Amino acid sequence: MKWGLITELAWALMVARGKQTIVAGVGVVFSITMFVALLGFMNGLNSMLDGLILNRTPHIRFYNEVKPNPNQPIQLFDRETHHVIRSIKPSASRLDIHNSGPIMESLSRDPRVLGVTPRITAQVFYNVGTIDITGVVNGVDVAKEADLFSFEDYVTTGNVQDLNNTLNSVILGKGAADRMLAEIGDLIQVTTAQGNRMQLKVVGYFQSGLGDVDNVQSYASINTVQKMLGEPASYVTDIQVKLHDLNLAPAMARELAEVYQVDADDIQTVNAQFETGTQVRSLISYAVGITLLVVSGFGIYNILNMMIYEKMDTIAILKAIGFSGRDVNLIFIIIALIIGVVGGALGLVFGFLAGLGIERIPFETEALPTIKTFPVDFNPKYYVIAGVFSIVTTYFAGYFPAKKASKIDPVDIIRGK
Amino acid sequence: MQRSSVLRTQNVSKYFYSPEKTQVLKEVCLDVKKGEFVSVMGKSGCGKSTLLYILSTMDTDYEGQLYIENELVTGLDAKILSRIRNEKIGFVFQFHYLLNEFSALENVKIPAMKLGRYSPEEIEHRVMEKLRIFGMESHALKKVHQLSGGQKQRVAIARALINDPLIIMGDEPTGNLDKSNSDIVFNIFKELATEFHQTMLIVTHDDEFAKGTDRIIEMEDGRII
Ligand SMILES: Nc1ncnc2c1ncn2[C@@H]1O[C@H](COP(=O)(O)OP(=O)(O)OP(=O)(O)O)[C@@H](O)[C@H]1O
Ligand SMILES: [Mg+2]
Repeated sequence: MKWGLITELAWALMVARGKQTIVAGVGVVFSITMFVALLGFMNGLNSMLDGLILNRTPHIRFYNEVKPNPNQPIQLFDRETHHVIRSIKPSASRLDIHNSGPIMESLSRDPRVLGVTPRITAQVFYNVGTIDITGVVNGVDVAKEADLFSFEDYVTTGNVQDLNNTLNSVILGKGAADRMLAEIGDLIQVTTAQGNRMQLKVVGYFQSGLGDVDNVQSYASINTVQKMLGEPASYVTDIQVKLHDLNLAPAMARELAEVYQVDADDIQTVNAQFETGTQVRSLISYAVGITLLVVSGFGIYNILNMMIYEKMDTIAILKAIGFSGRDVNLIFIIIALIIGVVGGALGLVFGFLAGLGIERIPFETEALPTIKTFPVDFNPKYYVIAGVFSIVTTYFAGYFPAKKASKIDPVDIIRGK
Repeated sequence: MQRSSVLRTQNVSKYFYSPEKTQVLKEVCLDVKKGEFVSVMGKSGCGKSTLLYILSTMDTDYEGQLYIENELVTGLDAKILSRIRNEKIGFVFQFHYLLNEFSALENVKIPAMKLGRYSPEEIEHRVMEKLRIFGMESHALKKVHQLSGGQKQRVAIARALINDPLIIMGDEPTGNLDKSNSDIVFNIFKELATEFHQTMLIVTHDDEFAKGTDRIIEMEDGRII
């Protein structure tokens, strides 16, 4: 009942200064709208850009690194003393993974693993007339590659299945194809590092959005590449693993490298810089959003201060007829909170609508074949943060004026008349 | 029969420090008994309003003691003093001092709502009763700015009365009104005294008004004479 009266008084004061109250409220609405829309948009872009890399990067990659043997023969001869050996060269170690079949088998039985797919990376020259262009042909398991790394999303022309259906076929990176003036259906010739030559039929173009990748990379089926290299069907240079939980990657990479006696890279180590970029971008959007809120907080602070100056008499009368300083304090805090809650709620709604609007804006670029409109992230987290922030800032905006109002001495005001 | 004391002061002194230290009240001792209708008179600037602010518990910066119903009020917590003002003291100012945002009815209602002694329905009923006493019931729903000066003052008196206070204090409640309006207000006070035995302490410059009261307290230069 007492709260009812206090709220009623707060409401009456707000209505009496309706226009200013609305202006202050609009400030909150605007800032919350911007906050939500901006964060949604920024993080939409973030996840899109991350996806560009991360979706196509295996969480763990097993491979054999070309490196000198850590156990040099002299160590067998004399274990007690130190040895100084210069100019060690890498031994002619195998690039393919020994026992790749059983390793993949055991990986796919691991409950932490979402999927496993083999790959062969082959350094080649594309022979164009008298010119050789360096490139890389990736031999992939087409179905699994599409499954785990959205391979087909990046094949802009042609069908990925043609890699299996057409003998000796290749999907060329768009940049590489442009350089070679290769059309769909054309035959191109590649030379492997070992000197083997092979004719491949172009069945599609591949466009990742990263120019450096598209200028050199091509895809062929794993059998085609094995044939090209003259290797048996067990030849695999990389095993790519996708996990259910990406955060387990570093630990698992270390553990499994030990078990299988191969090198292993995890996604966090390889792509550390993307994480940083993402963090900086969200930091910036939070900073802008919070700045907007603080500015609107000052708006509320102003209107309340003005209200208190204009309503000195009212405050004095309230105190004279038995309202305590605390009651008066509450009245102004409630005014601030009403502005904050109503403005914040409207802001969340408008922010959501703005997000829907941004999501409709066409955004087509050569580099991102799968993106048709601007991406927006509707994560409820941003709405919760914005809502909490609107209430916290308005509370603080109301705090000092309310304190001032509660300290007004009625005798001063009444005597002043 | 010895009537009980409602309001009593003991050696109340008050100083103002700006522009220089001046003593505005000098060891004022007074005692208002239950049912008494007392008027305070004195030259302008002799300290009447200052005394009234102290008696109403709004001003706590003084020396000496103030008792309400023989209980020491001096030095009590501000929150308790607000409660005392709400419950036991009705104040009528020279200016009406109504809340402009509300209607006449709501203005009278607010102190009763604050006190919370009665249910909202009962409060509404009591408010209309008070307004009827002063012939204001037909103006109950008007906003303050739609009322005349005399009407505002009548609403203000109704507000002072709504919680059946122990004592009504007035600081020149007719000072701002013309002859006929001040007669109306004066008659209201008179009626309150005779019919309801309401204890009242009213500061006035009006000799005629003062003559109609039970007792006149004369002040001069911060002292009661
Ligand atoms: N805030 C203040 N600071 C300094 N002096 C003050 C202050 N308020 C009042 N005074 C002085 O105190 C004295 C008493 O003032 P007060 O208002 O009590 O007089 P009053 O008897 O009510 O006069 P009036 O009949 O004109 O209303 C005056 O001399 C006045 O100048
Ligand atoms: Mg005075």
